[in-house]
Amino acid sequence: MSTGKDTVVPSGTTGGPGASLPPVPPDRVPDATRDSTSKNYSEYGVAVLLLALGVWAITDAMSLTDLASSKGPVGAKTVPMLVGGLLVLMAILLAVDIARGGRGEQEGGEDVDLSHGSDWRTIGLLAGAFVANALLIERIGWPLSGAILFFGTTYALGSRHYVRNAIISLVMSVGSWYLFYAGLGIKLPVGLLKGIL
Amino acid sequence: MDGINSLIEGFGTALTPINLLYAFLGVLLGTAIGVLPGIGPAMTIALLLPLTYTLEPTQAFIMFAGIYYGGMYGGSTTSILLNTPGESASVITAIEGNLMAKKGRAAAALATAAIGSFIAGTIGTLGLALLAPVIVKLAVQMGAPDYFAVMVLAFIAVTTVLGSSKVRGLASLGIGLLIGLVGIDPTSGQQRLTLGIPELADGIDVVVVAVGLFAVGEALWVAAHLRRSPLEIVKFDGASMNRKDWSRSWKPWLRGTAIGFPFGAVPAGGAEIPTFLSYAMEKKLTKHPEEFGKGAIEGVAGPEATNNASAAGGLVPLLTLGIPTTATAAIMLGAFQSYGIQPGPRLLDTQPELVWGLIASLFIGNTILLALNLPLAGVWAKLLRIPRPYLYAGILFFASIGAYAANNSTFDLWLLIIIGALGFFMRRYGLPVVPAIIAIILGPVAEEQMRRALQISNGELSGLYNTAFSQVVYVVIALLLVVPPVVRAVRKRRGGDSDNGPHGLVVDDQPLHAHANQEGL
Repeated sequence: MSTGKDTVVPSGTTGGPGASLPPVPPDRVPDATRDSTSKNYSEYGVAVLLLALGVWAITDAMSLTDLASSKGPVGAKTVPMLVGGLLVLMAILLAVDIARGGRGEQEGGEDVDLSHGSDWRTIGLLAGAFVANALLIERIGWPLSGAILFFGTTYALGSRHYVRNAIISLVMSVGSWYLFYAGLGIKLPVGLLKGIL
Repeated sequence: MDGINSLIEGFGTALTPINLLYAFLGVLLGTAIGVLPGIGPAMTIALLLPLTYTLEPTQAFIMFAGIYYGGMYGGSTTSILLNTPGESASVITAIEGNLMAKKGRAAAALATAAIGSFIAGTIGTLGLALLAPVIVKLAVQMGAPDYFAVMVLAFIAVTTVLGSSKVRGLASLGIGLLIGLVGIDPTSGQQRLTLGIPELADGIDVVVVAVGLFAVGEALWVAAHLRRSPLEIVKFDGASMNRKDWSRSWKPWLRGTAIGFPFGAVPAGGAEIPTFLSYAMEKKLTKHPEEFGKGAIEGVAGPEATNNASAAGGLVPLLTLGIPTTATAAIMLGAFQSYGIQPGPRLLDTQPELVWGLIASLFIGNTILLALNLPLAGVWAKLLRIPRPYLYAGILFFASIGAYAANNSTFDLWLLIIIGALGFFMRRYGLPVVPAIIAIILGPVAEEQMRRALQISNGELSGLYNTAFSQVVYVVIALLLVVPPVVRAVRKRRGGDSDNGPHGLVVDDQPLHAHANQEGL
C-alpha cells in the first residue's frame, strides 16, 4: 500500500515527528471509572429505545384499518402489534436484567481495544465526513464528495499525511466513478467536474 | 439421481468463459476483502453487492458463489495470522491456528485450512446438489403453517444459540422485525411505519440495511475503540505442509465435513456449535493430546473443514426453503429478492439454470480458491498490514457508493447513517447483529406465510399448527427453549462450574460467547 509510518496501527505509538498522532490526546482518554458508572444509566437507554420503538409500532398499527374482505383476526395490524408487544416486553425484561446487574457485552474484534471508553471525538469527525458526503454528493458530484469522505475518515482515524491522503482520496473517488460509469453502467453524480471526466 | 444430471447442465452454464471470469473475480474479491481485518463474509457480500446491480441474475449469483467461499476462507487466514478472529465460525480455528503460527508453523496451518476447506467445500457442495432435489420434493408438500413454523424455528435458534443474553437476542430480533415492517403492507396496500416519507413506502433497501448494520456500524464501532498498540502478525512464507501434516490432517478434514454439513443444513444455528464439536472431537481422538493448547494441526484442520461444510450445508435451506440460517445467507436471500426471485421449492423448477449454475460455480470457485490460496497466502497476509485509516475509510467509502447506487438517492445515505448508528449501539450494548439482519429479511416472508395460513383456516389460530410437520417443529422449538436452562440448572445443583458461557461451550476456559456477536461481520 504505502511506505508510510502508519502501517499497522494508525495511532503512532512512538510520537516522533512525522509519526501519526493518536486520534485522541492522552489527557482526553475517557476515565474508565467514570465510564463504568455512567454506563449503568446508559444501559437503561437501550430499554427506553426498545420501549419507544414498541410504542411506535403499536400506535402506528392502531391507525391501520383492516379491509372488510379480510377474514378472521389477522390483518395489516396484527404483526405490527405483535412486534410492538415483543419490543415492549423486551424493554421491560431488559430493564429488570440491568437492575439485577446484567450488562450488555461489548463486541470485541481485531482492531478493537475495549480497555478505554468510546472515543466520541473520532466518531463525531467520522459522522461529519459522512454527512458532508450526503449533503454534497448531488451538488458537487461523487468525484469530489467521495474524496472529502475518504480524506475526512483518514483524518478522523488519526492519519496526518495530508498530501498523500488527499492524492489517495482523489484517486479512489475518480477511479470508482469511472469504474461504476464505464464498467458497470451506473452513473454516480458527476457534479462540478461535468465535462472534465 | 436427477441432481447429478442437473448439476452437469449447471456446469454447462458455469463453464462459459464469461461466467468463469465472474467466478474468478468473485473468489479473488471475496478472498481479498474477506482477509481484511474486521471484514467477515457477510460484510464482504454486502459491500460487493453493488458490483452486481447491472449483471444478469445468473452471472450475479455465479459471482456470489465465489465471494461466499472466498470471504469464508479469507476470514480463516485472518484468524490464523492475527490472534483474534473476525467471525464466530473462525473462533476455534484461531485458537490452535494462531498458536501454530506463533510456533513458526503458519505455513502448515494455512495449508491445512486451505486444503481442508477445499475438501469440505467440495463434499459439502456435492451434498447440496444431491440433497436439494430431495428436500424440494418434500418441501412442495409443505403448506403455509409449516413454513411459518420453520421460520419461527430459525428466529428462535438464531437468538438463543448465539450471544450470551437471550433478552438482548430477542430485542435484536424485535428491532429487525420492526425494520422489516417498514413499507407498504402487501395484502392491504396500507403504509406501515413509514412516517409519511415517500421513500420509505417501498421498504428499506436490503443493501442499505446490510451495509449499514455490518459495514457502517462496524466502522463506527471500531473507530471509537481503535487499538493503540500494534497487532502481532506472524511472519511466514507460503502455505505448505509436510507428509506428517497430511497424515494428521485428512481424518479431521473428513470428520469435520461430516459434522459441519448437517448442522449447516438444518435451519437452526450457523457454524459456531459444529466447529466447537469438531474441536472437542479432535482433541479426544488425537494421538498428540499434549499439543492441544500449544498449536495442534488437528485443531485447525477439523474446525476449518467443519466451517466450510456448514457453509455449504447452509445453502440447502436457503435455496430449497428460502430460509437463511446465517447473516451471510440472509444477505444472499436479500440479493435474490432484489432480483425479484424468491428462493423456495419452486426455485429449482422456475430458475434451474440459475440454481444449478450457482451450485456448479461453488465447485469451480472452490477449486480456484485452492489454486489461489496455496501460492498467494503471503500476498493475502500483506493485506493484514493495511493502515487502519485507509481500511475504514475504504469501508465507509464503498458503503456510501453501494447505498447511493441502490436507488440513486441521497435519502438512502441518510438512512445508512441512521442504521449505522443503530449498528454501533447494538455493538456497544451487546445486542447481537445477526438476529436483526435475519429478522429484517425473513420477517416479511414469515408474515406473509402466517397470514396465508390464517386465511386458509378462516382465521382460526389452529391454522398455524394443524399439520403434523408444524407440530414437530414447535416441539423442537420448545425443546430448544427449555433444555439448555434446565441442563444449566441441573449442573449448578450438582456443584459443577455454573458459569460456563451460553451452553457450556468453553474451550480451555475461553468462553465462546465473547465472539458470538461477530458471526459474519
